[in-house]
Amino acid sequence: MLKEVSFGGSNEFDIRLILYYLALISIGWITIFSTSYNPAAEDFFSLGNAYTRQLIFIGSSFVIAILILLLKGQYYSFLAYPIYLFCLLVMILVLFIGTEISGAHAWIKIGSFSIQPTEFCKFATALALAKFFTEGKTLQEKKNTWLVAFVIVLFPVLIIMLQKDTGSALVFSSFIFLLYRIGLTGWILVTGGAAIALFLITLYWNEVYAIALVTTIFVVFWILNRKNRRKLIRNATIYGLALVFIVVADISYNNVLQPHQKMRIDTLLGKVNDPQGADFNLNQSKIAIGSGGWIGKGYRSGTQTKLNFVPEQHTDFIFCGIGEEWGFAGSLIVCLLLSGLVLRILRLSERQRDPFTKYYGYGIAGVIFFHFFINIGMTIGLLPIIGIPLPLISYGGSSLWAFTIMIFVFIKLDYR
Amino acid sequence: MNNRYRVVVLIILGVTLVFLVRLFHLQVLDSSYNESAENNALRRIVEHPARGLIYDRNDSLLVYNDAAYDLMVVPNEMREFDTTDLCRILDISKEELTRRIEKARKFSKMHPTLVAQQMSKSDYGYLQEKLYKFPGFFVQNRTLRHYPKPIAAHILGYVGEVNEKKLEEDEYYQLGDYIGISGIEKAYEQELRGTKGKTVVLVDVHNRVRGSYKNGEEDEPSMQGLSLWSTLDAQLQEYGEKLMHNKRGSIVAIEPATGEILCIVSMPSYDPNLLVGSARSRNYTALMQDLKQRPLFNRALMAMYPPGSTFKMATALIALQEGVITPKTTYSCGGGYNMGSHTVKCHHVGNPDLVHAITVSCNTYFCRAFYNTLSNRRRYSTIQESYQAWKDYINALGFGVKFDSDLPYELRGIIPSVEFFDNRYRKSWNANSVISMSIGQGEAGTTPLQMANFVAIIANKGYYYKPHVIKAIGTRDTPNDRYTERIDCGIDKKHFDAILDGMEQAVLTGTARIAQIPGIKVLGKTGTAQNPHGKDHSVFVSIAPKENPKIVVFCLVENGGFGSEAAAPIASLITEFYLNREVKRKELEQRILSKSTL
Repeated sequence: MLKEVSFGGSNEFDIRLILYYLALISIGWITIFSTSYNPAAEDFFSLGNAYTRQLIFIGSSFVIAILILLLKGQYYSFLAYPIYLFCLLVMILVLFIGTEISGAHAWIKIGSFSIQPTEFCKFATALALAKFFTEGKTLQEKKNTWLVAFVIVLFPVLIIMLQKDTGSALVFSSFIFLLYRIGLTGWILVTGGAAIALFLITLYWNEVYAIALVTTIFVVFWILNRKNRRKLIRNATIYGLALVFIVVADISYNNVLQPHQKMRIDTLLGKVNDPQGADFNLNQSKIAIGSGGWIGKGYRSGTQTKLNFVPEQHTDFIFCGIGEEWGFAGSLIVCLLLSGLVLRILRLSERQRDPFTKYYGYGIAGVIFFHFFINIGMTIGLLPIIGIPLPLISYGGSSLWAFTIMIFVFIKLDYR
Repeated sequence: MNNRYRVVVLIILGVTLVFLVRLFHLQVLDSSYNESAENNALRRIVEHPARGLIYDRNDSLLVYNDAAYDLMVVPNEMREFDTTDLCRILDISKEELTRRIEKARKFSKMHPTLVAQQMSKSDYGYLQEKLYKFPGFFVQNRTLRHYPKPIAAHILGYVGEVNEKKLEEDEYYQLGDYIGISGIEKAYEQELRGTKGKTVVLVDVHNRVRGSYKNGEEDEPSMQGLSLWSTLDAQLQEYGEKLMHNKRGSIVAIEPATGEILCIVSMPSYDPNLLVGSARSRNYTALMQDLKQRPLFNRALMAMYPPGSTFKMATALIALQEGVITPKTTYSCGGGYNMGSHTVKCHHVGNPDLVHAITVSCNTYFCRAFYNTLSNRRRYSTIQESYQAWKDYINALGFGVKFDSDLPYELRGIIPSVEFFDNRYRKSWNANSVISMSIGQGEAGTTPLQMANFVAIIANKGYYYKPHVIKAIGTRDTPNDRYTERIDCGIDKKHFDAILDGMEQAVLTGTARIAQIPGIKVLGKTGTAQNPHGKDHSVFVSIAPKENPKIVVFCLVENGGFGSEAAAPIASLITEFYLNREVKRKELEQRILSKSTL
């Protein structure tokens, strides 16, 4: 076997990552089978069954994975921009020839299958960012580094927004992990956290409280730092920005968000209490998971998921099936597998000498983690309902293929 | 290791930890989701058992069941629906529907509650087809009582919705369940109600049944209540009610050897089918408010009458037992019993012995026998002692006490206590003070049932079984063993012969000749219960046949005049009908049927 010590990385495919991958895919298919199998209905091999289709997706994913492992790793760095641009083009194309599925105008229909290019766009963006940060000059020499990186992320986000797929657009904020790792100031995380807190306060109570809170903090700091002119100016600037943010948040919540999105946020904040209406999905999701107990109701015995109380029980809400049928034990295993997968990618990234692999690893780790965070967070009622799939587990070809490509490209890159 | 790597790892570990804590809370600590899940997906359908049937002593049905359909709602499963449509099907107003749903919500959000009771079969069929439009609603099969003949309403009783008190006491019942409220339905509720069953089915989010839960493992079949066999003879009961038509009063017929009530009539009465189903409360109110007829009032058990001359036999029996008279004892009667200040009048003159005194119903004879019983100072030093002894006899003969058998709302009647007279006469009283009780007037009050039972004691020569209306439970051959205890009255068998002879003579030659039945030896005694409010009540008691009596009858017709005018013919016709299964004295029958005392 050829050794390419100069690139660092491993001299064999990372078997642990592959095991994580296989475990998650198996759990996914078993759960899809459990929630959608109807013994009275059509035969097993009918393409109308979600579980049969998923089996095909899994099979084709294996083919894709093997192909990736066989191809040369250098191609990805070389082809990063072309792939990114190609994806953007397809995305724009979707705006014109795409089909609408559950509100999002984001699908290309081929025969009885639909493909969602958005999923692949995450991979392409990760490649493009990795490429951007490694090519040519060093970071310090580049001009407008963060601005360009921001624009690379912004393009797909804008197109996705036009497709009315807010959930997927949000996923791209996960590249913040990559940017942070490369050197973006840590304040970006703090500011992000503060912005979310302020946003929630504005919506939960109202903007007056938020302004009052911010003003109080500002006055306290003003008194503390009244001797220091420089700090006073900085504080005043932050205070001004916070006020603008509150007003913008309030206006955009009331005018920009669509009613169902507003409703989802309201529901999460506990502003509506209507178990049969607005928070029906959230409620049913919590009931399904909550009724699982320690070890669950047993395979194919989940009443809530099987009887359709939980919506989208084999796609976005698939975690309900796991929680109900396998209980806390099953939820624990899935959470540990997913976070284990992400941590494994991060760990492998850290040991790379080739920065492209390292940055790419951070990019996809962020995307996978963000999916995990949003999806499970929403099913257990910690986050608003945002329809994005649980990586490798949820039903769906595009998502499975995209995550397979992301992970196996990384495995290939790691193997040098 | 890079610091920023550590921060990222910490964020990921932090989020995972938060998720796991939250999951642990949802799944393991908080069990409320379990219940929610069950309420979501499992519908426990209560299988209401059919109530037991009630047969008469000859196996003909008195009470049976008919299918009815109730609309139930589970408030938590309700979604928006077309209220106008549902109101139209149920034929109620929107406000009424809202009110009922609110009531259901108050009772329980998760358990089914009644919305509309006893829909007709056609409404049910129509609704069943549209039910998918009304999530949260479903139809439950129930049974309703029906009565092939509109008879014995008071005794059979009725069923109605269980009240809140009972709901708290007995967990068997749920809101909207039926329970026996009076009569046999109440007394034998435990036997009649049966055992509820349940089926557990899975329903999906659209409230559609998707199959049984755990292959029906948790299902339990309902078991119909036990059937009862009544002691009543439905044909006799029907005939009795026919004879009492247009009259006020009561007939009680008992088989003396067992205490089984053969018929028990109280007029005016009502059709028991009125108190069934959704019309019950309305009809009940109407019956309640009929103050002129008072059809709900069960005269046979609740009306108190002065016992009249028939009570003289009790006076005689006690005097015999106490040894103050013998059957040969004669008292001369000059048209009354004179107490100085006033006289108890008697309508004949002579020197009767006991048999003759009964035959002609001589007031003087029984006043003197009573006086001698209560003034027997060799045995009792005071009037209080002797009266208490007399009262004990009377109580033992079934007067002034309740039988507490399976009859509804029975009253005790009045036999005044020693204290009562002590108070009234400031302790200074004697036998003459209470003399009118000896001939069945004055302070004593008795119910028709007590009188009939007394006649049974005479027929049995000294004992009785508690009069009751259910003879077998479950199967025809499983006797009701609650009332098999023979109760002795403390009066020797030999003393009854003179009484029975007197009753025989009364029918053959005395006041009760109208009660004679060709081919049957009937014993009887007329009475006339004084009525301060109007025409006297006509009273008659009879025993037949003389050898091995099969039926004793008490009949009272309010404002019927002398015993021989109304009560004696009716009792006699009842006896004839029961023993011969037909009535040959058509002319008498016709006369009674057309008679009205209202």
